[in-house]
Order: sequence, then C-alpha cells, then structure tokens
Amino acid sequence: MSQATDTDVREDGIIESVSGPVVTARDLDARMNDVVYVGSEGLMGEVIEIEGNITTIQVYEETSGVSPGEPVEGTGSPLSVDLGPGMLDAIYDGVQRPLDVLEEKMGSAFLDRGVDAPGIDLEKTWEFTPEVEEGDAVEAGDIVGTVPETPSIDHKVMVPPDSEGGEVVAIESGNFNVEETVVELDSGEEIQMHQEWPVRQQRPTVEKETPTEPLISGQRVLDGLFPIAKGGTAAIPGPFGSGKTVTQHQLAKWADADIVVYVGCGERGNEMTEVIEDFPELEDPTTGNALMDRTCLIANTSNMPVAARESCVYTGITIAEYFRDMGYDVALMADSTSRWAEAMREISSRLEEMPGEEGYPAYLSARLSEFYERAGYFENINGTEGSVSVIGAVSPPGGDFSEPVTQNTLRIVKTFWALDADLAERRHFPSINWNESYSLYRDQLDPWFEDNVRADWPETRQWAIDTLDEEAELQEIVQLVGKDALPEDQQLTLEIARYLREAWLQQNAFHDVDTFCEPEKTYRIMDAAKTYNDAAFEALDAGVPVEEITDIDAAPRLNRIGVQEDWNEYIDDLEDEIESQLRELY
Amino acid sequence: MKEYQTITEISGPLVFVETDEPVGYDDIVEIELSDGETRRGQVLESASDYVAIQVFEGTEGIDRDASVRFLGETMKMPVTEDLLGRVMDGTGQPIDGGPEIVPDERRDIVGEAINPFSREYPEEFIQTGVSAIDGMNTLVRGQKLPIFSASGLPHNDLALQIARQATVPEEEEEGDDDEGSEFAVIFGAMGITAEEANEFMDDFERTGALERSVVFMNLADDPAVERTITPRLALTTAEYLAFEKDYHVLVILTDMTNYCEALREIGAAREEVPGRRGYPGYMYTDLAQLYERAGRIEGREGSVTQLPILTMPGDDDTHPIPDLTGYITEGQIYIDRDLNSQGIQPPINVLPSLSRLMDDGIGEGLTRADHADVKDQIFAAYAEGEDLRDLVNIVGREALSELDNKYLDFADRFEEEFVDQGTDTARSIDETLELGWDLLSMLPKDALNRIDEDLIEEHYREDETAEAVEAEA
Repeated sequence: MSQATDTDVREDGIIESVSGPVVTARDLDARMNDVVYVGSEGLMGEVIEIEGNITTIQVYEETSGVSPGEPVEGTGSPLSVDLGPGMLDAIYDGVQRPLDVLEEKMGSAFLDRGVDAPGIDLEKTWEFTPEVEEGDAVEAGDIVGTVPETPSIDHKVMVPPDSEGGEVVAIESGNFNVEETVVELDSGEEIQMHQEWPVRQQRPTVEKETPTEPLISGQRVLDGLFPIAKGGTAAIPGPFGSGKTVTQHQLAKWADADIVVYVGCGERGNEMTEVIEDFPELEDPTTGNALMDRTCLIANTSNMPVAARESCVYTGITIAEYFRDMGYDVALMADSTSRWAEAMREISSRLEEMPGEEGYPAYLSARLSEFYERAGYFENINGTEGSVSVIGAVSPPGGDFSEPVTQNTLRIVKTFWALDADLAERRHFPSINWNESYSLYRDQLDPWFEDNVRADWPETRQWAIDTLDEEAELQEIVQLVGKDALPEDQQLTLEIARYLREAWLQQNAFHDVDTFCEPEKTYRIMDAAKTYNDAAFEALDAGVPVEEITDIDAAPRLNRIGVQEDWNEYIDDLEDEIESQLRELY
Repeated sequence: MKEYQTITEISGPLVFVETDEPVGYDDIVEIELSDGETRRGQVLESASDYVAIQVFEGTEGIDRDASVRFLGETMKMPVTEDLLGRVMDGTGQPIDGGPEIVPDERRDIVGEAINPFSREYPEEFIQTGVSAIDGMNTLVRGQKLPIFSASGLPHNDLALQIARQATVPEEEEEGDDDEGSEFAVIFGAMGITAEEANEFMDDFERTGALERSVVFMNLADDPAVERTITPRLALTTAEYLAFEKDYHVLVILTDMTNYCEALREIGAAREEVPGRRGYPGYMYTDLAQLYERAGRIEGREGSVTQLPILTMPGDDDTHPIPDLTGYITEGQIYIDRDLNSQGIQPPINVLPSLSRLMDDGIGEGLTRADHADVKDQIFAAYAEGEDLRDLVNIVGREALSELDNKYLDFADRFEEEFVDQGTDTARSIDETLELGWDLLSMLPKDALNRIDEDLIEEHYREDETAEAVEAEA
C-alpha cells in the first residue's frame, strides 16, 4: 500500500465496535473508501460505510485483541497502489505490500500485523534515459523516458494522467531513485518515476477499440476452438479438481502477452509458492528471458484476511492498466473471482445488508461488470495502443454453473471455457468441455489466423467442430446400442473424433514439449486428423471394411505428435504413411 | 482484571454482557457460575457498551448472576515437546492422568498465515503403503489431503493405516538425519463417538504410536462449541513441533463435518445471515484458516501434513462441507460405498480422487521415472472400463469388441488386485508400480497411448497378453 507520499492526517476517531474484519468508529472525519489505520497497532483498513458520526471500516488484517476505545487514524486518501519501476518480478499481498519485504521486516515466516511497506522500493536507483528534450511540450500520459526494469521489459516513465502538462524545462539521463525528480515542467511541476493511483478507479484512456488480435495461449483447445482476443475477457468456471489453476498457470506461462499480472485471490498457499519457485526458472517463449521478468504476482491466500481478498483484484487490474498505458499487452489472471465475490458476501453480511441471491450482496453483478469492463484494447491518452485481457477463474459451489457468480460473470465475458469434472476424472486435460464452451471472438479473430497461420484455418476448424458435434450425438446412441450397431461411416467418424480428442484437444501441461503448442502446430495436428479422415472415407467408399481402416498402425501415431520436438517432419511423414497404408487396402 | 455481573441475555451458546470498559475482540473470558464452576469462552463481538461471548462448554446452568472476567488476551495454548504421548480433551486439558504440562511457550491458537513467499513447495513423496494413494494420488509432505467419506464407511481404518505405515523412502536409506526430523502424529477428534475414539486409542496403543502422538478428544457428548477450538489446538501443537522442533507431523482431523455443524450452530445463535444450507457465509475463510496451516517453510526441517476426514451428508460431494473443503485442500481421497460393499479394502475410488501436488512429487529421483505415465494410463483405462460397465448391462459382453472386453477385465482386476490390499498390507512404491504394469499388460501395446514408448519397451509384460488370450480361449 502506498505510503510513499505524505498525506494530511485528518481528524482521528475512536473504535466503537469490532466484529471480525468489520470495525465501526465514532467521530472519524473520513470520506468513503479512504484508507484508515485502526487501533493502537495501526491495522490498515478502508471506509466502506458512513452513517451519522459512525464510520464502518473493513480491516485488511486480523482484528484479534482490538478493542473499542482504541484510536482510528484517517489518511485522507483512498486505497491506492504505488506505480513505478520495480513491480515486475515482485510478489505482493492484496494491498500491494511486497511479501519478501514483509518477511524481512517481520523476521518470521508468519504474517504479523501492523507492518506496512511501500509497493516499490523507494531507495533503489534506475537508469533513466530521456525520450523527450528540453523545450518539448508534454501532456498527461506522455512518455518522457525509459528505464530498463527487467531484461524483458523497458519501463516507460509517463507524465501522470492528472497532470496539466507543459513544456519540459529540465530533463537528464542518469541514475535516479523513484522519488527523485527526472523531469521539470515550466508549470513548476516535477515528475518522478513514482506515481500513485486509487485502485477502484479506472485509469483514463481515449477510446476502447474492437480487439482483432488473438492472445495466443499455446493451448490447442483454446487457440484452436475458443480463442480469446488481446483485450478480451474470459471466464473459466469449474468444480474443484477440474484444472482451473493449472489452466491459469499455463496461460500465465505461455500467453503471448508482454506483461502478466497473476492474482491469486483466496487460493492455496502452496500454489502461489509453486509459481514463485517455477516462474524464475521458466523461459519466456517470446523473449527467452526468465518468465518472472514479465510477471507481477499478487498473492492473497485463503487464510489471509478476507478484506484484502476483496481488494486484491483491484490492485491487480490497476497495475495492469498502468503497463497498458505504456503500450504493452497485459494479461491478468484472477484465480479465483468466486473468492472475491465471497469476500464481498462476508463483509456485506457483517454489515447486515439485505442479501440478494444466495446471500451475495445485490451489487455483486455491478461490481463484476465494473471489473471486467476495465479490460479491453485501448487507445491510450499518450497515443499508444495497449490492452488488458482478463481471465477470471470461477469456482461454482458443487460445480453448478447456475449459481450467481458464474451467471453474472457469463453475462459480461465473451469467452467461456467450461471445465468439466467428467473429463478431469478420466484425466482428459485440459478438461475444457468443447460442447459447452464458446468464444464470441472467433469471427473477429479469424482474419488474423488466416493471415498468420493458414488461409483455411476457419474451414479446418469448422470441420473439427462438426466432427466433435457429430461424435457427441453418436455417443448417445452408442450408450444405448453399442458401437457395432452403427453404420460403418459413423463408426469411422467416432474413430476420427477420438483422435481429435486424444491427439488434439488433450495436452500434457507437465510435458516439456507438449506444454506449449504454437498455432502452426495446432493447425497441423488438426489438419493431420483431417488428412486421415479424408483418406479413410475414400477407402471406405472404395469398399474397405471399417475395421481395416481403423487398424492401420500409422493412426495411433497421431497421438504422439504433441510430444514431438520435430513435429513438422513427423507430421509430414505421418500423413504420407497414413495415406499410403490406406491406399494399400484397396 | 474487571469482573462483571451484568449478563443481559443468554441464547444458545452465546452470552451477552454489558461492559463499561473496552474488551478486545477474540479475547478469552471466564464465567464463574453461582456454584463455583468456571467456564471459558471467547469474545465474538465487542462494542463499547456490550460484548457477545461464545461459551465453549455450553451455557447450561449459567444465570444472570454469573460473574464474567475478561482475561485481556486471546486464546493461548501451552506448547512443549512433552506433549507427545499425552491425551487431552477438546479444550487442551490433560485427561490421561499424567503430570501437569510445563509449557515452553504459549502460542496463540488462531495462528498467523504463513507468508506465501516463505513457504517451500512440497515435493517429498510420502509412502503410505496404500497403492490407490501412492500409485494414483500420491501424498507429499506438507500437503493437505482430506478423506471424503460418508456414514458407515471405513475411513477411520484408512486414516489409521496411513498413520501406521507412512514413511519417506529416501530418508530410511540415508538414516543419518533421523534425529533431526522425527515423525509425529497429532490426532484431533471433533464430535466422534466414544467407540470410534476407543478404536483410535486402541490402535495407537497397540502399535506403540501413542508415544509419538498428541491426542485431542472432543467426543460426541462434549459441548459442540468446544469443537471450534479443538482443531486449532491440534494445529498449533503441530506447527510448534514442525517448525520449532523439526518433526514431520501428520495431523488427522476427524470429523470435519461435526466442526462445520458447530460453526453453523454458533452462526444461527448470532442470528447471522446464513449462506448455503444454513452454514455461515464465512465458512470458506474459517476452513481455510485450518487447512492452510499445512505446509513447509523454507529453511525449516519439519513439515505439517494434514489428513482431515469428513463424512459427506447423503454421500453428496456438492454439500457445502466437502465442496468448500475441496476448493481449499490439495486434492481429496474418496471412499466409495459400492467398493466397500464389494469387500474391497480400502474402498478408495481413484477416479474422483486427486492429489494436486502429485505431479511434482513423483518421477525420477522421487519415485520412479515411469510413475506419471503409468498413473495416467491406468486412469484412462479404468475410466474406459467403468464407462463400458454401463453399456454392458444393456447390450451384454458379446456385443462389445475384443478391446472393450479387455478394458472391462482391466477395471475388474484393477479393483480386485490393485485397490484391494487389506488394512494391514504395506506395499512399497515399486510393488505398486509393478502391479500397475502387470495390469496394463492386459491391454495391447498400442492402446497404451499415455506411456512413453521407451518405457513400454522396458516394462511391458510380453507374455501377459498371451496369457490373457489363452485364458479367453
């Protein structure tokens, strides 16, 4: 949390009552959503209700032992994040306190209370290179210089969005810390690398545009069937054990975004540790540098205070917007938005608000749409273009998608990746149900796939969808009468569809090669299945019995394409082999 | 310490007291009844002129004249290595007639969250000797893996079997760092019957495990509210032993369903807005505060592994208790009624079971290089066989292809040979995997599409298929 700049300390109040994370204070002069420090230990909290001279505060830390009569101190500013170089390769809690710094300050592996730390290192110096010269006129949002933040990312130093702008009177290159002035304007305004921004407020932009470029995930079922656009929104709902977190991790690892903000909201501590341990060692597929160099982690695990869980998604998206302003494509993963919604519910119930559906507050839908609307492909105020893609996991109770969080999310997002417990049970991963999922970006992204992968991408994909659809229908009959009762052509379709499922849709996230699949390879595996399909139907028409067609030894090799490093050659050989083996049959 | 005789309301497990001095949230309270009996409770809500207190031992017999003392501190637990071998009640008072506990330290029972940055990722394989777990849903040190069971199923036998057999293979070989990292079992019972408790105690005594165990007993006839602190005492002890004294601690908590019932009771008494099925809206957070206390910490020897047991009401895993648990824990082990009635011991249904930490805990150098592939293939083949069972009921075995018949046989043999092993057999991971290969070799080689070709060459039993064909003929 931001405490880098001095703010006027406003009049103090006195605690009136304490109930879990909700504290009320008397005589506190604070505005709605202001940050306050509660009790003699100075626990951080936020004003969420004002009634007469009673102010209600949600506290971001444990409140055990806090008693009425203790002081409450206002800061006069809303919950903000510190923005500036040093956010990448960092791991924060829900209110942007760096967890590594907290460990050091607390001297313990356990999270103590009342310790605060700025979100970025205020002492560290960065090498600043000017992008403008003395005499240039700059406006709010303009880039005045760059700082090599990590080997992958140049951090752009921008004029704050609320600045009046003016003419540059002094600027020089050199090493500065984030609080030193790097640019002076004729208006007397001094610009530092450090900015602050209130988390609940969207950073300004010029215009939201229609996204036309896919966010390539390297996951065949996503890129192939249900692509998400750069600047798009997606939801991944699924019961526990269906692979939400693995899918989110895969996206964080392989998505071709410039920056990844990963928000672990109310999830498992060990999972965050896995990310912290894995990411520095993994290679970013686009730059070859460590994956951590482009990643900002926000970890508010399920046992950390509930109010900070409510704020962590806002902290995440504000950081994402800041990088968007530099012209980067940012992908934000929130795992899981259900925990965020539950945090809202918990606080709402402590406030004794009238509950809506299933005890969730009536404003659930509004909060969700507000959040997802901060995603998009934007023209920034400095003229650059950048995007924020948001991918939210949803954890519906009992795997029932009709519950409020899933339903309200689906009303907003345009991509729906439905995870399926049955598929997970038979270890079909990623267990994304191809019959239920959808992507509304498909049509607007087709031109990109046609230009950058293959011109017949949409047709081939449609063939795959039709085959899988037909399989779903045929499976219903098979369940009743058995496979052998079907006509030969339908038996063949089932066989082809099986290869589509096993060779194409399934992907092993834990296999070094298979974990990432470039669009070209996605296309070629799909196309190899189609080659088999076409040749097989030709053979069938020529009178070859279906058993002989499905028995050729080349066919099972389709399932091994995923793990091949030299897949191009492998597929060339395999297609020839399949065709020649089938030719031999008639 | 101020004493009040200003109780205004008594309702269920709650007592409301008027106060004129501020009282800390979560602070411990002593209530002295007119007959001199003392009860303990905790502050649930603190306002400037009154507090709400939750009384652990129940409010029976409390009247408005009872006097209330606020101790000015939150609930603490005396911890020491000497707790090993001791039996306590649900509030941490010794009930084994042993000497008084001289604490090294007094620790807050709520416990602070482990900084995710300070955690160490769990990847040390624990061999439980149970094939369905070791082979298919491997447990690792620092994991929390609940057993999803239901009334009338032998979940306790499984928990005991694991507590008895659990070892870490490599360490035995090294043998030298035994001193630094001993194994301890903490048993937290919440609302279980005296008979079940005896079953556990008898087994602990029979196997000599009691010496390295700490037992907390809240029985079915003990006050329900007390159940909310029993697991916290157990976990506070576990953290102390693991992170201060370098023990590898296995915490068995049973039955989490009773714990959640107690939460609901308190919530209802406080007239809170209920969430699903009347359980409080904060149950996820509350359960997480227990389950997340499992783990490893960088730079410390010990670990806390949790094995909570819960009985699913109506065998329904969408019920809030198993549902919320599944979202927090790192997998789950399902005990299956059908398998149990078939006499399979332990009746673990591997298909819906899952260990999330498995993939990093197995493989070369940890278990065996072929472990992951074998597991994937068995899952796929068993799922296929399970599916076919439905079909076979309609069309009969003859209508199925040869391969389909093999899958059916595979599923049967998998249950009878792999899963069924009795409660006293401990299988090493090698035995488990070899058994897996025996079964997989029933299937033709090219059906093993999840296994690396080299591994098939190395392990596939060529004659096994021949035998199967002969047997069929």
